[in-house]
Amino acid sequence: MRVIQFYPFLNSYPRRWVGRVRPVQRPPLPNPRFSGSIEYVIAIIDYNAGNLTSVRLALEAIGAACEVTSDPSRILAAERVIFPGVGAAAEAMRNLRERQLLEPLRSVVSNGTPFLGICLGTQVIFESTEEDGGVPCVGLVPGTVKRFTPSDPMCKIPQMGWNTVEQRVAHPLFEGIEDGSEFYFVHSYYPAPSDASYILGETDYADLRFASVVGKGSLFATQFHPERSGRIGLKLLDNFSRWDGKC
Amino acid sequence: MLTKRIIPCLDVRNKKVTKGVKFQNNIDLGDPVEMAVAYSDGGCDELVFYDITASAERRPIDIEMVREVARAVRIPFAVGGGIETLDDMYRALLAGAEKVSVNSLAVTNPAIIAEGAKVFGSQCIVLGMDPVRTDGAAFPSGYEVTIRGFRERTGLDALEWAKRAEELGVGEIVVNSVDADGTRDGFELNLTSMISTAVRIPVVASGGAGTPQHLVDVFNQGRADAAIIASMIHTGEYTIAQIKAELAAAGVPVRKKW
Repeated sequence: MRVIQFYPFLNSYPRRWVGRVRPVQRPPLPNPRFSGSIEYVIAIIDYNAGNLTSVRLALEAIGAACEVTSDPSRILAAERVIFPGVGAAAEAMRNLRERQLLEPLRSVVSNGTPFLGICLGTQVIFESTEEDGGVPCVGLVPGTVKRFTPSDPMCKIPQMGWNTVEQRVAHPLFEGIEDGSEFYFVHSYYPAPSDASYILGETDYADLRFASVVGKGSLFATQFHPERSGRIGLKLLDNFSRWDGKC
Repeated sequence: MLTKRIIPCLDVRNKKVTKGVKFQNNIDLGDPVEMAVAYSDGGCDELVFYDITASAERRPIDIEMVREVARAVRIPFAVGGGIETLDDMYRALLAGAEKVSVNSLAVTNPAIIAEGAKVFGSQCIVLGMDPVRTDGAAFPSGYEVTIRGFRERTGLDALEWAKRAEELGVGEIVVNSVDADGTRDGFELNLTSMISTAVRIPVVASGGAGTPQHLVDVFNQGRADAAIIASMIHTGEYTIAQIKAELAAAGVPVRKKW
């Protein structure tokens, strides 16, 4: 329902506004780093894979302008792209295809736009996943996504909670974040890149050491949730909001 | 290494955090958003909010509060109380909650947790259960599940119900011992370890935390993956940093930087 607001000084408004909703003057973007001609800095890709509220709120908390969108032209126009997601891989891939987002995804990565994958978003940019009986994925990172198979029945699946991330390289997105800091994870499958040069950070769980951060060039992807990882996660997002996509 | 989670529980009544003993004699403690920020800055790993009067007043959960908390803290939090339908779950998650906790509803309508897990993902759906000690022969585990804040017995065996909930697709189980709730005499270790060893999903122990040693015990003997605390920090007797320091000294892995 549209709410028609009451203005005490109605007569002082131009005739064309009377009886209508007052046109909203958009405030200037809160991010002082932004000076481009496009309307927003960060596109959060919406492909119906889970709740994007926490990602949006985390970006708002650091004053980064963002938009949740599934419009390929908006994604291609963005200065940076975040590819989040929780849920099942097969459904995520189906949604990406239906919304015709596979090509825009590949383009933003190949043209050097700073790109941040989170959780399921990180998993579906691999070549394939074991989830849902095996699903071919986007293929931006060589390798597969595998299921945890711990020998100890007390090792719970999903991994849910805070675990440490050992940084394998010095990366602009790790700036100001101590090596071995804890981040918040929720997942039953883990990324297994076939090219070790993609491994940026590692974490131990279920009898193995897996790549909890992968990336190359302008692509950076985490298995954990930076938007749920307290001040340290926020620091990573803040680094991302300033990153030029170079390492 | 995955760390053990410390989760402050904020029972909310009339927009104020409150605390009672065995679900009675509640006193007001403060503003939920301010307390959430204080605990989050203090190093807690997660938060849980129960809108404890929502069910009784037959209204949905206070979404405005969920929204404010989501804006204020950057750690995961679960909400419960007044979740009756898939739509209620959706609105709480959209407002920024990481998880929704269902308790009485799961017993009266188990299909809703299965559906919720399917639609929103298992990790969003937490089963809360309030088991009470019983010696009836009908309960092999020795515990019976109660609902509506211990006011109603269900005839369900706690262990059977936990396994059933795992099959239905919940992502986590909060086991809140009615006998230990608010007593600060320690967790019900038998109950926690019995359920935690029987399921593959994380189990959160709740009820009875009074000292850091109680937490050491619930992680070691109780085999819990996370523990809920309330009175011991609400009263200011302990800080989360103190609790974590004692846990770390006892060899329990905890998150050290925040």
